[in-house]
Amino acid sequence: MTAVPAPAAQRSAPADVIAPALIFVALAAVPVVASVGAQTYVLDLVSRIMIFAIAAVALDVLIGYGGLISFGHAAFVGLGAYAVGILSAHGFGDALIALPVALAASALFALATGAVCLRTHGVYFIMITLAFSQMMFFTAASLAPYGGDDGLTVRARNTIAGFALMRDALSFYYVVFACLLATYLLCRALLGSRFGRVFCGARENPIRMASIGYDVFRYQLVAYVIAGAIGGLSGFLLANAAEFVSPAYMSWQRSGELVIMVLMGGMGTLYGAVMGAAAFVFAEEWLSGLTEHWKMIFGPLLVLIVLFARGGLVSLAARLVRSKA
Amino acid sequence: MSEPVLRIEALCKYFGGLLVTDSVTLAINPGELHAVIGPNGAGKTTLINQISGLIRPDAGRIELGGRDVTSLPTHARAALGVARSFQITSVLPRFSALQNVALAVQARSGSSFRFFGRADHERALNEEAEAVLAEVGLSARAHVPALALSHGEKRVLELAIALAIRPKLLLLDEPMAGIGRDETERLIAVLRALKGRFPVLLVEHDMTAVFALADRISVLIYGRILASGAPDVVRADPAVIAAYLGDEME
Repeated sequence: MTAVPAPAAQRSAPADVIAPALIFVALAAVPVVASVGAQTYVLDLVSRIMIFAIAAVALDVLIGYGGLISFGHAAFVGLGAYAVGILSAHGFGDALIALPVALAASALFALATGAVCLRTHGVYFIMITLAFSQMMFFTAASLAPYGGDDGLTVRARNTIAGFALMRDALSFYYVVFACLLATYLLCRALLGSRFGRVFCGARENPIRMASIGYDVFRYQLVAYVIAGAIGGLSGFLLANAAEFVSPAYMSWQRSGELVIMVLMGGMGTLYGAVMGAAAFVFAEEWLSGLTEHWKMIFGPLLVLIVLFARGGLVSLAARLVRSKA
Repeated sequence: MSEPVLRIEALCKYFGGLLVTDSVTLAINPGELHAVIGPNGAGKTTLINQISGLIRPDAGRIELGGRDVTSLPTHARAALGVARSFQITSVLPRFSALQNVALAVQARSGSSFRFFGRADHERALNEEAEAVLAEVGLSARAHVPALALSHGEKRVLELAIALAIRPKLLLLDEPMAGIGRDETERLIAVLRALKGRFPVLLVEHDMTAVFALADRISVLIYGRILASGAPDVVRADPAVIAAYLGDEME
């Protein structure tokens, strides 16, 4: 009806149920389909997509619903990954220790930096989140005992309560899948709740929200911490997937890639971020097979998507469905 | 006489070198509708912004029900019952009219740090919001996004949002601005029905509305209160006529 649709949490269209259901059914079926071909390759690739999707979904909560354009989300991912790497270097290889530490580290970092960042708005917010993540990047790069610039090899994938559930590609795939599904459902519930309504309202009109009695800063900070912790979850999985951590996980390019995933998929839908992560990783995989200068093709592609498919792949798909109907 | 709800004492505010609020002293009594009138640039909106907490005064004090609130932030004052409308309509554009009002109800009914359960399905919030919308005559438009409402409807919605926090003091900044004659009449009727339930500070240029509604009027010129009193007294005040009403009443 209008050019600016309400945030998905504030409306209920069939597409908001059907589209994510289709995506998750497809992801659950990937191992079955992949078993006919190069299974390990496909499982690793789609696992990587889902790991980035976890971080991107959380980022979409901030960008698409809260209007908080965080340009430092990779710092949370990196912190989660370093928690796994450093603990493993000291002989702690179980997820029951590594995961809580990863979540706590990224949540604490989000709390400390968010308390500062959220005092600013617009471009300043973008710049200050970037600055904090760069700070973490250089900190990680100077961690000589843990590989410094070169990064750090994780001895082995984490066990879960002593069981090697993440060792083989298939079970690791489903662990990641479960994490993504949980993340999606959590964020969705969050945004539709009382809390989410205040958080979305703060983006719409912070002064109006203050004038009816909401201290919007507190709500934004809590959301920032939750999104940060989910970034830590993504990092925890990333370190286990690659069995390696490096400062590059926290680089500003990586933060930018997460923003691109959200934009490409379509902001403010959550499942769009999953599509965006898939599109990004596929494009990277396919284009980098063609040429090592793949970003020269990817860049213009991105410009086209932003220009002609505002609302990202989600709106493109919706238009296709409508024209067929 | 009972204690005033709002007491402003010797309030001063500078914008750079310009004194926009010049030792304003004002009291608003329970149930009264107090209108503040004055030419453009007299500092009326600045005064309202200081009462609602969006702007900090440079000197003076603001008391609400006997409590000093001069340094409280906006949201804390709203929690104490200060509701307001804005000169430029301020609603949540992509939320429906009902959601706009329900969010205001939510602000004073239980914690908003609840992360599960759909807020849109909370009957208690919705029923109360529907009642407020019915009161201002906006029920038929409850599920329309605020951005799709007419200008006049948005002004009424803003009033509904203010009512939904059950104000102890209502600040209205030019509620009639930019709306047509018919809608002005409607809004005057709505405000008249509300009169007496809580005190209202009304800033308005529409003199028909002001003289139809106000119990007392203060005239603000260059940040100073020139005259204050019953409508008939103010209307007859030669200084007021010379400075302001002379042009407005023609």
